Amino acid sequence: MNTKTTNILVVGIGGQGVMTATEILAEAAISLGHDVKKTEVAGMAQRGGVVSSHLRFGAKVLSPQISPGEADLIVGFEAAETLRWIHYLRPGGLVLMNTARLVPPVVSGGLYDYPEDPVAEIRAQGIEVYAFDAMAIALELGDVRLGNTVMLGAIADHLPFPADVLLDSILRRFRTRKPEMVDVNASAFASGRAAVVHSEQTPQRHGAGCEAVLT
Amino acid sequence: MAATPAAATQATAASSRALLSGNEAISRAVWESGVAVAAGYPGTPATEMLETLATFPDLYVEWSVNEKVSLEVAIGASMAGSRSFCAMKHVGMNVASDALMTLTLTGANGGLVIAVADDVGLSSSQNEQDSRYWGRFAHLPVFEPSDSQEAYQMAKAAYLLSEEYQVPVLLRLTTRICHVKGMVNIGERVPHEAAGFAKNARRWVMVPGHAKERLPLMFEREQTLRSVSEESPFNFVTEGSDSRIGFVASGPVWMHVRETFPDAPLFKLGFSCPVPLEKIRAFAATVDRLLVVEETEPLVEMELKAAGIACLGKDVLPKIGELAPEILRPAVARLFGETLPEPALKPAKVFPRPPTMCVACPHLGVYYTLAQLKNVTVAGDIGCYTLGAGHPWNALDSTISMGASMGVALGLDKGRGASDRDRKIVAVIGDSTFMHMGMQGLLDITYNRGNVTVLLLDNRTVGMTGGQDNPASGRDIHGLGSPRVDFAKLCEALGVAPERIRKVDPYQLPVLFKALREETKIPGPSVIITDRPCVLIDDYESLKPYTVISDKCTGCGNCVDIGCPAIHVNRREKVVKPSGKEVELQFVDIETAACTGCGLCLQPCAPDAIVAAVPVHTINFVKKL
Repeated sequence: MNTKTTNILVVGIGGQGVMTATEILAEAAISLGHDVKKTEVAGMAQRGGVVSSHLRFGAKVLSPQISPGEADLIVGFEAAETLRWIHYLRPGGLVLMNTARLVPPVVSGGLYDYPEDPVAEIRAQGIEVYAFDAMAIALELGDVRLGNTVMLGAIADHLPFPADVLLDSILRRFRTRKPEMVDVNASAFASGRAAVVHSEQTPQRHGAGCEAVLT
Repeated sequence: MAATPAAATQATAASSRALLSGNEAISRAVWESGVAVAAGYPGTPATEMLETLATFPDLYVEWSVNEKVSLEVAIGASMAGSRSFCAMKHVGMNVASDALMTLTLTGANGGLVIAVADDVGLSSSQNEQDSRYWGRFAHLPVFEPSDSQEAYQMAKAAYLLSEEYQVPVLLRLTTRICHVKGMVNIGERVPHEAAGFAKNARRWVMVPGHAKERLPLMFEREQTLRSVSEESPFNFVTEGSDSRIGFVASGPVWMHVRETFPDAPLFKLGFSCPVPLEKIRAFAATVDRLLVVEETEPLVEMELKAAGIACLGKDVLPKIGELAPEILRPAVARLFGETLPEPALKPAKVFPRPPTMCVACPHLGVYYTLAQLKNVTVAGDIGCYTLGAGHPWNALDSTISMGASMGVALGLDKGRGASDRDRKIVAVIGDSTFMHMGMQGLLDITYNRGNVTVLLLDNRTVGMTGGQDNPASGRDIHGLGSPRVDFAKLCEALGVAPERIRKVDPYQLPVLFKALREETKIPGPSVIITDRPCVLIDDYESLKPYTVISDKCTGCGNCVDIGCPAIHVNRREKVVKPSGKEVELQFVDIETAACTGCGLCLQPCAPDAIVAAVPVHTINFVKKL
């Protein structure tokens, strides 16, 4: 096994399922025998505040925190939130992001402006981005809560392990807790994978993101 | 009811590996250590320790009404010979400290471990404090874990130390331990028989004569523990090839230092009080410079300097917040006169996203109403309703500590200056905070004939920490029924005249407004109890959502002042009124998928533009995580 640690930063707002998604990613990494650490800054997560969840895995992980400039992959559950954390990306890192906008009262109330085009602002810095509306995909499948699984499907082909390992981790959760949700989550996962392939702009090159740490 | 963070913990078989947060790891170790009694009060980042313990069999777990009571419960159980556990956040220890400072004289019988969690970085607290001081103040041993695995091992070792030296042990945690998940090797529970209580007044009755006998024993114990710390396997050195600088680090920062400076010699301080001075002195001799990395106060640094060990510390590193790798790296580079390369990406400018009150939160109506009242000073308290100080209500004038709204309001009344002569004084406090430390304050108001109107926001739960049960919910930590406190009767018993106690529905804005206006006009204490469950708990029932008829919306913005996150402004327009005054119109829509039909926003709507909607999809944001 390679000694490199993989750094994935999952960001969004409280209530979107950021922490659960990271937990599922962690379980997938554990199932492959990695050491894993996961940490959040989510003091008031239930109150619609900013949530960032750090996941690090590899042969041995020390600090749980990803430093700015060190994330291999940023998974953004909300457009402006992805922009907020963009300086955490390492040179050559990859961004997969939901284009859905969740406007807080301070913006709705006119105190601040929402960034005009977060995706363009990120791309302007030469960063490779896959952008898609995960919320719309989830609604099409009948439940906005599926957005979480859509996001996981979207990143599945950009991880240092096979997509099936991640899918297994998701479905294992539902098999024990809500078996009636297994099929619809499998569809959401597949939709997420497809969304990336057809995402709004073809990225500049393929194969960025996490370096393969498995041999 | 809160989620059960322990589901994974419980399902895991003996002697296996599991991904656990620091809180879960400690709970597991507490349970495996045969602890019989665990008590605490919710508080970020400590809450999940008790929540996790409540999912385990064969021990008694309680939400206490405050941290002092929880420690007293743990003391009683220890006196009876049972192993006991107590968990709280840093400010909770301030409340519990009265008991702590005498507990150190009696010592423990059954093993007693107190986990105290510092909110380093202020994710959800009113201040930042360093709980390691309690180890010095109360002359008690302190363990500081660096990750979940170590938190588990230290919690187990703490029970052995506690019983060997008859001493309560402090486990000092930080947010970056409590809420970080890592792999932990876990085992099985080993039952611990309670030895039973042996009467011994000179040991347990701390009158001056007895306390005088115990004081020298406390200092002897501290000396003994210093030599134990010198030999402790929790204090060790990681060799490094670059001895230009060596580090002494404790807690989560030990991991950051190892990661950031892999070649530097590093002293790990796990049994951190009493500090193993001689072991560190020997380490210091092997490096050119010594840097103490500790969150948050320069405690170890001062003790090393006092012992004649030259070191750097807070002259190089901040005294505030977390010492993350991105803080450490440039600080050490500056020491060597090096400059780090500029980061490739700069942080983008993005609006702040402060926490908001939930859609349909019963507090929305309270702060909308308070914002309408003129000439009012509002003393606030600790809970979700502290958010009333923010946009758009700006309707809260102070927050100090749990229950402080009562005393502060009385002081504002008694100390009023000439310019405040006609000011109305209102105190706002939630049900749990009232029971925690507010009841005594209300008694002080009635006893001293204060002119204060108390708004007691009864939402039947501890909302801010995720909806824990309490005596207002009428359920215990397991969700089982227990007596529900009657706030009206309680306030009457505390001396508020029965005709000055009103119970109102906070969704009825005119009723709330009238009650507040009337009660603040009459001198003497009064209590207005708002009676609606928190939207995060099972007692809350969603109603049919509302929508806005765009053609009827005149842009008056009245509904925006409610502050509900489901109301969005879709268009702004500046107009000049006939009076010549320029106003900005705000045309709105309602996020129907998020709306739960509380009906607050349609009450101030001038043109009746808000009507019932047919739901499209249910949404999970904010509500029910």
